[in-house]
Amino acid sequence: MSTLELKNLTKAYSRQVVPVKELNLNVEKNEFLTLVGPSGCGKSTILRMIAGLEQVTDGEILINGRNVNPLPPKERNIAMVFQSYALYPHMTVYENIASGLKLRKMPAGEIQKRIQDASQVLGLDALMDRRPSKLSGGQRQRVALGRALVREPDAFLLDEPLSNLDALLREQVRADLKQIFERQKSPVVYVTHDQTEAMTLSTKVAVLSDGYLQQLGAPNDIYKTPANKFVAGFIGSPQMNLIDVEQVGGAVLLGDFKIHLPAAAQSERTVVLGIRPEHVRLPEDGDTQTIRGNVFLVENLGMSDLVSLRVHGDENLVIRALIPADATWEREDLELALPLQSIHWFRTETGARIE
Amino acid sequence: MTTTQPSTTPPASEAQGNRIPWQRLALWATVIFTVFFSLGPPIWELLTSIKTNAAITADSVVYLPAFDQFTAEHYIQLFTRNRFHIYILNSLFVAIVSTVLCLGIGSPAAYALARLQIPGERIVLTGVMGVTLFPYILLFLGLLRLVQFAGLANNYLALIIPYTAINMPLTILVMRSFFQQLPKDLEDSAKVDGYNVVQMLWQIILPMTLPALVTTGILAFIFAWNEFIFALTFITRESMKTIPVAAAQLGGTSLFEVPYGPLAAATIIGTLPLVLLVLFFQRKIVQGLTAGSVKG
Repeated sequence: MSTLELKNLTKAYSRQVVPVKELNLNVEKNEFLTLVGPSGCGKSTILRMIAGLEQVTDGEILINGRNVNPLPPKERNIAMVFQSYALYPHMTVYENIASGLKLRKMPAGEIQKRIQDASQVLGLDALMDRRPSKLSGGQRQRVALGRALVREPDAFLLDEPLSNLDALLREQVRADLKQIFERQKSPVVYVTHDQTEAMTLSTKVAVLSDGYLQQLGAPNDIYKTPANKFVAGFIGSPQMNLIDVEQVGGAVLLGDFKIHLPAAAQSERTVVLGIRPEHVRLPEDGDTQTIRGNVFLVENLGMSDLVSLRVHGDENLVIRALIPADATWEREDLELALPLQSIHWFRTETGARIE
Repeated sequence: MTTTQPSTTPPASEAQGNRIPWQRLALWATVIFTVFFSLGPPIWELLTSIKTNAAITADSVVYLPAFDQFTAEHYIQLFTRNRFHIYILNSLFVAIVSTVLCLGIGSPAAYALARLQIPGERIVLTGVMGVTLFPYILLFLGLLRLVQFAGLANNYLALIIPYTAINMPLTILVMRSFFQQLPKDLEDSAKVDGYNVVQMLWQIILPMTLPALVTTGILAFIFAWNEFIFALTFITRESMKTIPVAAAQLGGTSLFEVPYGPLAAATIIGTLPLVLLVLFFQRKIVQGLTAGSVKG
């Protein structure tokens, strides 16, 4: 069985520039881990360290329990897919896919068989004799995937493989990727800054910021219970409403409106209130936590309208809500409900979640 | 033009047909003029080299020799009396060895300068650039002393080493900018795929670098092939001379006779290898010259 383990992994270019700080991660077989974060959060550096393309400053990388720190990339038995695909321009598709196997002195019959299997999965049969320059972006992407798949490595590393594709193709390849990697056992580490890819593809998501691991968990857990303000703001689209509020006698004030503060947060003087736009809704019977305000912007997303509302009593307080497109409502003095169970609370100073 | 009858030819094209296409005429006139202007001297040399001596010195200038004025005697004389094949071999040897050395030493240096984060990289590059600032005629006296000091006179090394050195800055600068625009991902991908450094350089980088190598190689070759002053000074032994020197020293039977025919033939023979080289590698050269300016 194949596992990948990172222990206290640190990368420092200098005393000031430390893109990865004491990272601990575990990827079991059959797991698809996505490293997600804004650009510059160190996610690509982590991937390159696992591949052996960057030196590790401190900590250990274990593949199947074996410390691979001192090994060069070719002895780690990993396969990597690059953002630019990195196909060898002077080789045909077949040679590109076969090159890694030939270097490992694999018998020709076995190479043939593996390439046939991969080419069936990826639909590359008709392209085998072409050069990469004669391929479209999506085709190059599939060749790069094929080159990784035939290796049957101990771990797959993918560095933003979809970011060079146009939006429509990206969605389709994303679905293909999910099926392809569900079929095999080796752990997959996938780097992206696109949270949709992170949510749809992964069994496990690691949210990174500033070189630190912010939260590690199943996509659903991260969406439902973000560990801190950063994760809450980064995962989910449109972005969560995050509002700094002051406590006034066991409650907080959103403009003129009182929102009940849970017991755990009672000791805080100021807190951050978070609620996703898709959880703010038109009031129904029995809703107690409501606010009123004037709508100043409506963005039509097709399925629903993204409504921006200025709350009465505080000109600077804006709350965004996703309202189904078929609902009817007034722009002036609109009432919206903030269901208590959907509100997240975070500490003001640390940003940590208050349970 | 205001006819209501359906006309067989539309009026617009009729009007166009009557107009003289000045623009196209001017374009072609310019093209033809430029071609003749550039090719004039070589064509004159070529014609001179295949004319009989009588036709060369005829009182009314013979532009195109008549059938009975054609001759191969100048070429035959070059290879029998003047033994030009020796000079060709000398030139080939010096030019090829210095070109190979130049690429062999310059390309790895360029790769290191492009890929490794060497401290003082700017200083190295400035130094390389600085070498090209010297008019090479100024290097000549110093080199002469060096050649004497090292006892390299009448030794091919006296030509090969300076030619290699003079072409080195060009090689390093051109190859460096070429390496810089090769995506780094390709090398990373090769490493992950299992290539070791030597295999990677040989099987991945080299094939992609060929256009740039050919381009700089040809430039270095042309310089070495055409170089005159070093070759004239450092080599005095007759059997070791290169083509430019040998051609310049062609003499007539008397002091006052200028051997136009053999001179022209020598010029053609000296140019032919370069023309063939450039024609053969034409496509690669264009690729190499445009590399870096347009993303592949």
